Amino acid sequence: MYETVAFYIFSILTLGMFGIVVMSKNALYAMSALAGGMIFISGFFFILDAEFLGVVQIVVYSGAIMALYAFGMMFFDTTRDVSEKMRSKKIAYTLSILSAILIVAILCIPLVSESIEASYPAIENVGNIQMVGLILFTKYLVPFELAAIMLLVAMISGIVLASKKMDEHLAIEEDECEMLKEGK
Amino acid sequence: MITLTHYLILTGLLFAIGLVGVMRRTNLLMLFFSTEILLNAVNIGFVAVSKYYGDFTGQMFAFFIIAVAASEVAVGLGLLILWYKRNGSVDLNSLQMMKG
Repeated sequence: MYETVAFYIFSILTLGMFGIVVMSKNALYAMSALAGGMIFISGFFFILDAEFLGVVQIVVYSGAIMALYAFGMMFFDTTRDVSEKMRSKKIAYTLSILSAILIVAILCIPLVSESIEASYPAIENVGNIQMVGLILFTKYLVPFELAAIMLLVAMISGIVLASKKMDEHLAIEEDECEMLKEGK
Repeated sequence: MITLTHYLILTGLLFAIGLVGVMRRTNLLMLFFSTEILLNAVNIGFVAVSKYYGDFTGQMFAFFIIAVAASEVAVGLGLLILWYKRNGSVDLNSLQMMKG
């Protein structure tokens, strides 16, 4: 009963939030709605008994990724409305609806076939977090280490890319100051 | 009672919203937001399948998708800031240099 109510409330909230993200013209509203939607999605994870993923969702998405976007937005002009020049609205909407139907069909195919067996079934009396640790550090150890290397590479590339021309901008400002002084 | 089909339909709807965003937006920052919606929609589907089949592989995949999303944002925002410094715009049309 509670599960049903929670599912419908979270569904409506998530769909509404992501609708705002897609339709809003203001970048700040879109970002705030996205952060809200991420937190509501973690609610689904808690309903589905995936506590570890729910916490990771809040920490990584709503914490790290949203903070990154917020910092990135300081570089852009966010007060101005986002200009959208759509050339072919009909094509875009038809394509998206068609692909959505296709995705639903793909996702429903496993329900038709009943011969699916769990390769890593849940063990009795073992909590979710313990189970995630057991599987992550045995069967998925190599992908886990690769993910760590990937995150390191992404961090270094992010720092290098974002800080590439920072000293040049400072130099330009100094030049401008000198020019202003000379003008006076 | 909530079944797997409910979750899969929700996943499809969220994915459709993300696709509409990807096709509708011309601002690159907004395109990144739409990509996040797509990844999150797929995550819900994976975790729901993992719960209803009693298999933990789905949760592992969702975990790795979150890691990929985090690194994608770091690299993408770096490139976006670089492009904005050079062009003064994050509009998709400003990327058309060949005028095809």
